[in-house]
Amino acid sequence: MKIRIQRYDPDHDAKPYMKEYDVQLEPSDRMLLDALVRVKEMDDSFSFRRSCREGVCGSDAMNINGKNGLACVTKVADLKEPVELRPLPGLPVIRDLYVDMSQFFKQYHSIKPYLINNDPAPQLERLQSPEDRAELDGLYECILCACCSTSCPSFWWNPDKFVGPAGLLQAYRFIADTRDQATEARLDDLEDPYRLFRCHTIMNCVDVCPKSLNPTKAIGKIKDLMLKRVV
Amino acid sequence: MAISRRQYDAVVVGAGGAGLRAALQLAEAGLKVAVLSKVFPTRSHTVAAQGGIGAALGNMGEDSWLWHMYDTVKGSDYLGDQDAIEFLCREAPQAIIELEHFGMPFDRNDDGTIYQRPFGGHSSNFGEKPVQRSCCAADRSGHAMLHTLYQRNVRANTQFYVEWMALDLVRDAHGNVLGVTAMEMETGEISILQARATLFATGGAGRIYASTTNAFINTGDGLGIAARAGLPLEDMEFWQFHPTGVAGAGVLITEGVRGEGGYLLNKDGERFMERYAPNMKDLASRDVVARAMATEIKEGRGAGKEADHVLLKLDHLGLETIEKRLPGIREIARKFANVDPVRDPIPVVPTVHYQMGGIPTNYYGEVVVPGADGPNTIVSGFYAAGEVACASVHGANRLGTNSLTDLVVFGKATGNRVIEFLKKNPGQRALPADAGDDTLARINRLDTRKGGEDPAQVARDMRRTMQFHCGVFRFPDTLTEGVAKIREVYERAQNLEIKDKSRVFNTARIEALELLNLIEVARATMVSAEARKESRGAHDRADFHERNDVEWLKHSLWYREGDRLDYKGVTLKPLTAESFEPKARVY
Ligand SMILES: Cc1cc2nc3c(=O)[nH]c(=O)nc-3n(C[C@H](O)[C@H](O)[C@H](O)COP(=O)(O)OP(=O)(O)OC[C@H]3O[C@@H](n4cnc5c(N)ncnc54)[C@H](O)[C@@H]3O)c2cc1C
Ligand code: SF4
Ligand code: SF4
Ligand code: FES
Repeated sequence: MKIRIQRYDPDHDAKPYMKEYDVQLEPSDRMLLDALVRVKEMDDSFSFRRSCREGVCGSDAMNINGKNGLACVTKVADLKEPVELRPLPGLPVIRDLYVDMSQFFKQYHSIKPYLINNDPAPQLERLQSPEDRAELDGLYECILCACCSTSCPSFWWNPDKFVGPAGLLQAYRFIADTRDQATEARLDDLEDPYRLFRCHTIMNCVDVCPKSLNPTKAIGKIKDLMLKRVV
Repeated sequence: MAISRRQYDAVVVGAGGAGLRAALQLAEAGLKVAVLSKVFPTRSHTVAAQGGIGAALGNMGEDSWLWHMYDTVKGSDYLGDQDAIEFLCREAPQAIIELEHFGMPFDRNDDGTIYQRPFGGHSSNFGEKPVQRSCCAADRSGHAMLHTLYQRNVRANTQFYVEWMALDLVRDAHGNVLGVTAMEMETGEISILQARATLFATGGAGRIYASTTNAFINTGDGLGIAARAGLPLEDMEFWQFHPTGVAGAGVLITEGVRGEGGYLLNKDGERFMERYAPNMKDLASRDVVARAMATEIKEGRGAGKEADHVLLKLDHLGLETIEKRLPGIREIARKFANVDPVRDPIPVVPTVHYQMGGIPTNYYGEVVVPGADGPNTIVSGFYAAGEVACASVHGANRLGTNSLTDLVVFGKATGNRVIEFLKKNPGQRALPADAGDDTLARINRLDTRKGGEDPAQVARDMRRTMQFHCGVFRFPDTLTEGVAKIREVYERAQNLEIKDKSRVFNTARIEALELLNLIEVARATMVSAEARKESRGAHDRADFHERNDVEWLKHSLWYREGDRLDYKGVTLKPLTAESFEPKARVY
């Protein structure tokens, strides 16, 4: 299988370049990540993040034939050759497929991603009906892989000001939680020309999310809540 | 290479469930803490846990911590320490309630309480019938728990060192632990992180085997580091083979599938667990189910062209239940097994999953080794919690859902113990003059060696050796050969060569350093397994088929120095409950 990978080592290279590898796959190598492990056996200087190899840790997000995805759940059989691999777009490249994720996490942290409830904690669990709990489905499953935010043009232009789809999805995850008491403060925080309103519903985020989550829908719901406040 | 120094009250190595729970305790106490992790915290392998977290909440019917304790002791094949097990089971309900208060999105019952599902080896009334004890968030319980704990740490302003890899312990001449040496992976720089207390929560080492449910990063670093520092590793012969790894891929299918009503079939469509465990059937303990499956395959009743796996049937649960309770399983089956479990069964095989052994601790998380104060002498300043530790609550076989419980119960307890210790020991101890020298020398050898061994090849040989010589069934001759072979691989691992000379994210160097940890774990496992002449829990020997409490009701302690073994007794006396005396184990 032919794979072309963007390589860059700040210790040795002036700028990034593409390098092609011809890898011999074993029958058990079904996913792109398996192929990348083979590349690394051929060339130990090729660097990338990976851990769980089953699509739950969010480590190995990369740009695969022009589209963001996780190498570990992308079947090699589904890929057009030569496969072109680049780092996630829009984030500073540190080395090979390693990008600097600080801006992404900063935005995630900016939405106060934790339950806020200032009542004294009860003895037992806080009760929540199965229906209220179901409101969190499609939200809490995010693995913070950044596939969505790094495919969003608004995030590329304003990564410091626009929260981005991943962060907004999590903002809504807490707004939607019946146990959280900070909805008003959360909405105040997002009522801003950049933090939320840079989203122009381009839907790239939905298209790439490897967990089939829908940030655009969550963003829409936040906007609805804001409108209701005005009325 | 220059070495910089930083000082903290405490250093926590690891940001999985155990590390994050401990860190929260320390950060909320206002201490200066550094939490190191090779990966961003939510990428730790706790994220992959599926089935749930065990606690006798009794939300689904009557339950009690004493029944949970009985199940855990029996599951451990009586090798678990009953003081630690009592502590685990008594504290578990409170630990779950805390997670709920932190915001964990548990599944719910109609009355709003946390939903609990049945799980292997968990019973009511001392083995009478299966009980619903596993608190879950669909089949993403680990994800829900890990993210919640991370979020709570964001709230507490915990200081994380993300993509920092701990390399060695720093100890003084008295054996006190004074911190770690560590590498910032982005720059390759080495520092000494000096601390009054050091807590290891580095998780498991499933990557010593070829076929495993474990992540790439589960390389037993904490174990390798402890062994190099002269500390023993406890009960390393006990590795859990999870019954249901996807055949060929290793990815896990949770026992929750069987908890929700799925069951195993051989090639004849027979529900064979009825023969092996008439009472608990598919929900017997994992060692029992894994052995039954391996027996079916060995005796020619495996399914598929190669007759090398069995089938996990769940289509009868219906689309709605599968989508509601097991959505992640459906996703995994479609991706990694090419089957949709709504219609077809999933091909599964027993797959290495969990290390019952680890760094010896007491139930406060203090590391204890044979010394001046007897077999459990405290190593001052050193703590361990989670899969890397051996308290021992899992003994010779862990029950499903008891690891997540272990992480939060002992993560918190260990954090509290550290806080007490820091109150009594306000000053930093002096670093020895040669602190960090061993680490630098090791890295330097790796960076400059020419004509050495290829790490990928050595790692492959290690994994093959472990898989073949130390599997579900163990034989005297393969074990003896295994010891010789793994010692040979060990020697080769001392002579690794890497080509990558960059400082920045040099993953060739990182993987070589990980291999140096893995190989210590592999050696400890093989040597401890060869020596234990009985069958107990996950350790099953063809030549000593029975458990032998007269000679072997004891914990193994493997020392790197001299590649030798020692033993210590099992604590049969609980804290308050009556002791559960060893008896025959039937499910
Ligand atoms: C697929 C799967 C499903 C499971 N399902 C369940 C379940 O449903 N219920 C249950 O009870 N148990 C389950 N288990 C077991 C349980 O998930 C693990 O035992 C547990 O999560 C381990 O947690 P931990 O905190 O000890 O380590 P981990 O979560 O593995 O975290 C280890 C941490 O240490 C860090 N680290 C390691 N080495 C270094 C180093 N040298 N320097 C710096 N940092 C380092 C890592 O970066 C990471 O942050 C499952 C296990 C697997 C593999
Ligand atoms: S829908 Fe909004 S958030 Fe998603 S890609 Fe488009 S602009 Fe970005
Ligand atoms: S929303 Fe989807 S794509 Fe975006 S970070 Fe979360 S899991 Fe990744
Ligand atoms: S390696 Fe974890 S998501 Fe791919």
